[in-house]
Amino acid sequence: MDFNDTPQEAEFRAKCRAWLEDNAELKTKKTNSAKNMNVGNKSLLEAAAEWQKKKYDAGWAMIHWPKEFGGIGATPIERIIWAQEESKFNVPKGVYEIGLGMAGPVMMEYATDEQKERYLPPMAEGKEIWCQLFSEPSAGSDVAGLRSKAVQDGENWIVNGQKVWTSGAHFSDFGILVVRHDPSLEKHKGLTFFFVNMKSPGIEVKPIKQLTGGSSFNEVYFNDVVIPDSQRLGEIGDGWKVAITTLMNERLAVGDADGVDANEAFELAKKHDKDGEQLIDNNAVRESIADWYCEASGLKNTKLRTMSALSRGDTPGPEASITKIVSANKLQAIGNFGMDSSDMSGMLMDEESDFIKFQMAWMGAAGLRIAGGTDEILKNIIAERVLGLPQEARADKGLAFKDIPSGS
Amino acid sequence: MNLDFSDDQKLLQEEAKKFLTKEDALKINRAVMDSDKTYDQDLWNKIVELGWTGIRIPEEYQGLGLSHLELCVIAEELGRQLAPVPFSSSVYLFTETLIEFGSEEQKQSILPKLVTGDVIGTLAIAETNSAPTINNISVELKDGKLSGTKIAVPDAEVATHAVVVAKNGDSVSLCVADLNSDDVDISVQRNIDESRGYYSVSFNDANAEIIGDEESGWSNLEKIMDHAAVLFSFEQIGGAQASLDMANTYAKERYAFGRPIGSFQSMKHKLADMYVALTLAKSNSFYGAWALSSNAAELPTAAATARVSATKAFQLCSQENIQTHGGNGFTWEYDCHMFYKRSKVLSLNLGSLPSWREKLIKSLEQANIKL
Ligand SMILES: Cc1cc2nc3c(=O)[nH]c(=O)nc-3n(C[C@H](O)[C@H](O)[C@H](O)COP(=O)(O)OP(=O)(O)OC[C@H]3O[C@@H](n4cnc5c(N)ncnc54)[C@H](O)[C@@H]3O)c2cc1C
Repeated sequence: MDFNDTPQEAEFRAKCRAWLEDNAELKTKKTNSAKNMNVGNKSLLEAAAEWQKKKYDAGWAMIHWPKEFGGIGATPIERIIWAQEESKFNVPKGVYEIGLGMAGPVMMEYATDEQKERYLPPMAEGKEIWCQLFSEPSAGSDVAGLRSKAVQDGENWIVNGQKVWTSGAHFSDFGILVVRHDPSLEKHKGLTFFFVNMKSPGIEVKPIKQLTGGSSFNEVYFNDVVIPDSQRLGEIGDGWKVAITTLMNERLAVGDADGVDANEAFELAKKHDKDGEQLIDNNAVRESIADWYCEASGLKNTKLRTMSALSRGDTPGPEASITKIVSANKLQAIGNFGMDSSDMSGMLMDEESDFIKFQMAWMGAAGLRIAGGTDEILKNIIAERVLGLPQEARADKGLAFKDIPSGS
Repeated sequence: MNLDFSDDQKLLQEEAKKFLTKEDALKINRAVMDSDKTYDQDLWNKIVELGWTGIRIPEEYQGLGLSHLELCVIAEELGRQLAPVPFSSSVYLFTETLIEFGSEEQKQSILPKLVTGDVIGTLAIAETNSAPTINNISVELKDGKLSGTKIAVPDAEVATHAVVVAKNGDSVSLCVADLNSDDVDISVQRNIDESRGYYSVSFNDANAEIIGDEESGWSNLEKIMDHAAVLFSFEQIGGAQASLDMANTYAKERYAFGRPIGSFQSMKHKLADMYVALTLAKSNSFYGAWALSSNAAELPTAAATARVSATKAFQLCSQENIQTHGGNGFTWEYDCHMFYKRSKVLSLNLGSLPSWREKLIKSLEQANIKL
């Protein structure tokens, strides 16, 4: 056992590191991570675009992609090493992740060669931003329950309906989209997958103001939007199969929640004074911090076990499936702890104070526990896919979609 | 990056698993519970024959000279099958103390006998119903003689020797005592796990020999506890995995309301929670194993982290395994209770969950370790 890179890994890490040092600024204790959170803020968009372009020009944007699309054909372990190193630097985040993480793999797998040539490089370069148009008012966890309609019309499809919670739709150029082409089929069989130009006539994007006050997600309306059949990904009726590749990506691979962790709680407890007594001397505080530390350490070492398997060239086990549940809940608990430590004034927000990171954690965590698969859905997935437990009895099995009870 | 066991270590683990399955260790454990015995002699003899008691003992003392990592994989299997043997007392506690702090003479006289099974050891710490500290040890060592009473000493009946934590003038020392001496009285104490034996041990001016620096007994004890915490954590994740597996099998087979109980969502989420706790514990135990085998400066933090998460995981999994089994879970006939009880004694044997959370925070305060 060791935590060392193999010589090749070490060499690769040094290369990442050297380039990052020349092109970005290392995070320091003073870096206020909370300040980078307001997606949709214009200057963040510009900063993110600039950073993405810089990476692309140097070959770091999508390193696991083949050369012709702007990558360097990096191995999974190299991809992790790059991400580890990049995360130590203070670089803009929150604009490209969904497109590159969700739309990228689907396009890579299902688009024609010509389409890949056309769309993948600008996606990697950051010239074109992509969003994911899956959730609808009536279909979130049960995303296959979606109702947006596509009707074939010669070489085209005419799409009508509404998507919701679409992160980044307001600044996206393209989106991946699942729609229902035939409501008389069973729920999962009547779906078809497309990519769509967000500037198409008939698409209307309305930002949704969210709990944080910011607007990172949107309602997206489709009114007779024309999508060429050539933009269909997968066969007609294969929409669920195509979607599930991305959803599995999203639900099982969603990483660690960014933000305050056991260390920050510990630092806060050490400096916080309560009637001459430090918070860290309070037994309940000590126990909570110990448990958070164990969770944080458990997640970190789980990731290292996954990396170990990749480093050997093996397929990792399902252990990473615990990541989002544990980290999002921990984030929420630590956010609460931070504010409680200030007692009657814990609610007061000050942009300039480092303390705001606890408040941002508390707010953000509420969304993280929902985005990309709720806690409950993730537990279902662990139970069914990892532990092999039987599926829930379902009220919609075997029914044509139009006959399924919908509660409305 | 290699936070995993080697192929050879995994092979050893596989062999250990096959051996314990063939011996039907779980059934033996049940037989011990049904008798007035507190361990199984036959299973112990076979374990000694396999060389497991000498895994960490250097070859010059007739051991196998392997690392802590080999011990970790064996521990996981012993925990999975609840083997009723004095392995943890003799190997994780007593042998570790000798290897770490024994004089050359002590090593020469005792280590080879641990390999052959002629010596079985244990560690005697507790005296009262509050957690032992450097200030409340009253069993006393004076002029090479021990006096006073220890309680909750594991495996003291089968053990031939004990490392005893004793007050020695102004400091605390570790010393080795022969438990077969006439000046030592041992009596069994009733405990929650019928497959394990805990004893009170009274020393009446019994001979004892200091082991390790006589002023550093307490810090040496803490070091041994860190070693044992990692090894115990592997027994705990083994037991937690077995509990989760049992619950999982039962949840698929048992029907209620016309469907398998494992299709009810609260049952699924219960099992998912068990899986989450176990995965965190396993990853932290691997980290502990790394720190232990490489003698890293992080060991106190890594050991406490492994210990806290493994204790939580085994307690949760064994308790929810009973719940998953309904009425059957509460019977003597089903195995659930054996895991439930073992989870609690494995926890208390090295000090409670709150005590280890406290150790973890102390280690963070001292080392200023960052994640
Ligand atoms: C910040 C944020 C960003 C997002 N970005 C995107 C995006 O870019 N693109 C996109 O398509 N979507 C996006 N989403 C939507 C997200 O995927 C859904 O909100 C999520 O899947 C939950 O769906 P829902 O909101 O319809 O809630 P519902 O599905 O109605 O769930 C409501 C509650 O019921 C529970 N529930 C539902 N079904 C079950 C079940 N079978 N068992 C147990 N409990 C159940 C849920 O766990 C939840 O607690 C985003 C959401 C958030 C919060």
